[in-house]
Amino acid sequence: MAGSPAIACELKAMRPLDAIGFALTSLSSNRVRTLLMLLAMSIGVAAVVLLTGIGNGARLYIVDQFSSLGTNLVIVIPGRTETASNTPATLIGETPRELTLNDAKELQRGDAVRRLAPLNIGELNIVWHGKERQVPVLGSTASLLEVHHLRLERGSFLPEEDMEVARPVCVLGAKVYRELFGPQAALGELVRLGGFRCRVIGLLESEGRSLGFDTEELVIVPVAFAQMLLNTEGLFRILVEAKDVDSLDRLKKYIAATIAKRHYGEEDVTIITQDSVLATFDKIFKVLTLTVAGIAAISLVVAGILIMNVMLMAVAQRTAEIGLCKALGAGQLQIMALLVTEALLLSTVGGLLGLLLGFIGSKIIVQFYPTLQTTPPLWAIVAALGTALLTGFVFSLLPARRAARLDPIQALAQH
Amino acid sequence: MIELREVSRIFTVGGQEVRAMDRVSLVIGPGEYLSIMGPSGSGKSTLLNTLGLLDTPNSGSYLLDGQDVTSLSDNQLAATRSRKIGFIFQFFHLIPRLTAQQNIELPLLLAGVGRKERLERSTRLIESFGLGDRRKHRPEELSGGQRQRVAIARAVINEPAVLLADEPTGNLDRHAGADIIELMEGLNKDGLTLVVVTHDPEIGERARRRIRVVDGRIAGDSVRT
Repeated sequence: MAGSPAIACELKAMRPLDAIGFALTSLSSNRVRTLLMLLAMSIGVAAVVLLTGIGNGARLYIVDQFSSLGTNLVIVIPGRTETASNTPATLIGETPRELTLNDAKELQRGDAVRRLAPLNIGELNIVWHGKERQVPVLGSTASLLEVHHLRLERGSFLPEEDMEVARPVCVLGAKVYRELFGPQAALGELVRLGGFRCRVIGLLESEGRSLGFDTEELVIVPVAFAQMLLNTEGLFRILVEAKDVDSLDRLKKYIAATIAKRHYGEEDVTIITQDSVLATFDKIFKVLTLTVAGIAAISLVVAGILIMNVMLMAVAQRTAEIGLCKALGAGQLQIMALLVTEALLLSTVGGLLGLLLGFIGSKIIVQFYPTLQTTPPLWAIVAALGTALLTGFVFSLLPARRAARLDPIQALAQH
Repeated sequence: MIELREVSRIFTVGGQEVRAMDRVSLVIGPGEYLSIMGPSGSGKSTLLNTLGLLDTPNSGSYLLDGQDVTSLSDNQLAATRSRKIGFIFQFFHLIPRLTAQQNIELPLLLAGVGRKERLERSTRLIESFGLGDRRKHRPEELSGGQRQRVAIARAVINEPAVLLADEPTGNLDRHAGADIIELMEGLNKDGLTLVVVTHDPEIGERARRRIRVVDGRIAGDSVRT
């Protein structure tokens, strides 16, 4: 046989489908091991899908809530947030000029304004027949009912009258009413609020939170009365509703100009629209969702470590088989490829199972909480599957390398 | 054509050097039928593993078909094993979860041969080895003799030049053992170089050329005339 062609030939690789087929026989021959690894992987992926779905659902819910408040709303806040931190005024401790009721009255004259509600807020004690509670007190006008989409359970809201009239009346949140009056009637009763007495004229429907306030715990009084109670001239903010979406820009310019005129040329208020508030919340929830997804991804990595452990065991169990493959002409790379293929198969199938579980889970959550539309975002699905594949790959490298380096003689000696 | 020149293989066991092969020189021509005998621990398995490229010598050179294989990379060694060498083991080393036919096809699968060709070649071999009705059986459903037949079919499916058998009858009864030896001798008649390591003098004596290994050295090399 002398003179035959050179034998130092490079190895031809196994065909991918054959490698997958071979890996499948190996996986199906050890069902418990395979099922355990699939379980770990799918739980990891399901966690990512489900948690991001919930995060996303919460975001959509918030966005929806804000939109229902009306996108025509403009909020005027005293002080300029953009400049507040680095003007000399703040350095020497000078507070910005306050917004006053007169500012609000002036703003109300604008032709782009549909409604306007000045707001004042503080904490006070409310007392009735010896029962006492600390409550947030909100001072405003009759327009607040519309602007804030509040609903009355009983009685009437604040009267339509000049905002400077400090009429001693109040509207109680559902929880305040329950805790103070229990089953007794409250309408027409006198309560003591701070140092003053005032008459209960209405009760709010219990409807949970709205724009950061828990309306259940709120006591609403006329704004001038609130200023008296809280001993302040300034307003917390002014809510202005535009006639329509198109006049929003005109309204903002009008507010800026009016305030500047009244504040000696200084435009010392911050004007925000629902859009920007919405954008902020949107951003916060995206970050939250991402964080939750990251935490869930840890479970994927744990699944990867499990795969590594089990594969190391598998390599030990299959030493003879690996040695045999080497004797039959498999190189180190081929042995590695075989084991990595197994791991990738596991992560792919586990990942897809996890997706299924995640989707079933979010459907179940929607059944129980229809308001929470838990649709996992596309990026989360891609990321979860990608992470599953990557962990499967990375954590199979070590066992695969160990297998590839087995000494075939010793490996074959174990039978 | 196999040519070992002054090949040594030294293991260190518990701080002590063991010369499993001590300057062994050996030439095996194409188509030869050779048995390697010797007491346990004499180094005959190491010699066989070296011939089969599973073990690399510490010194000396090994020319396989005129090329020095001692300096080949792992991948090149694997490729050479795949094309030139077939192995048979005492304990068969079939993969339990695969059928007889799948076991036979394994070297082709590892060498990247397509499904159709694999099926063709393995079917032909299965028929000529008399295993036609056993192709879908798993090793545990086969007798020892049948298992070794499957192992031999696997060893020769890639048409190697050399068949290396390590105690091929060590785990079989006399009848099945004789059967296996006859099968291998038949392959040798068709031109395959056959090297058999054995304890059994009866089997060793059948070979045309008999090598005796003692303490890592070739103590005897006789050809039956």
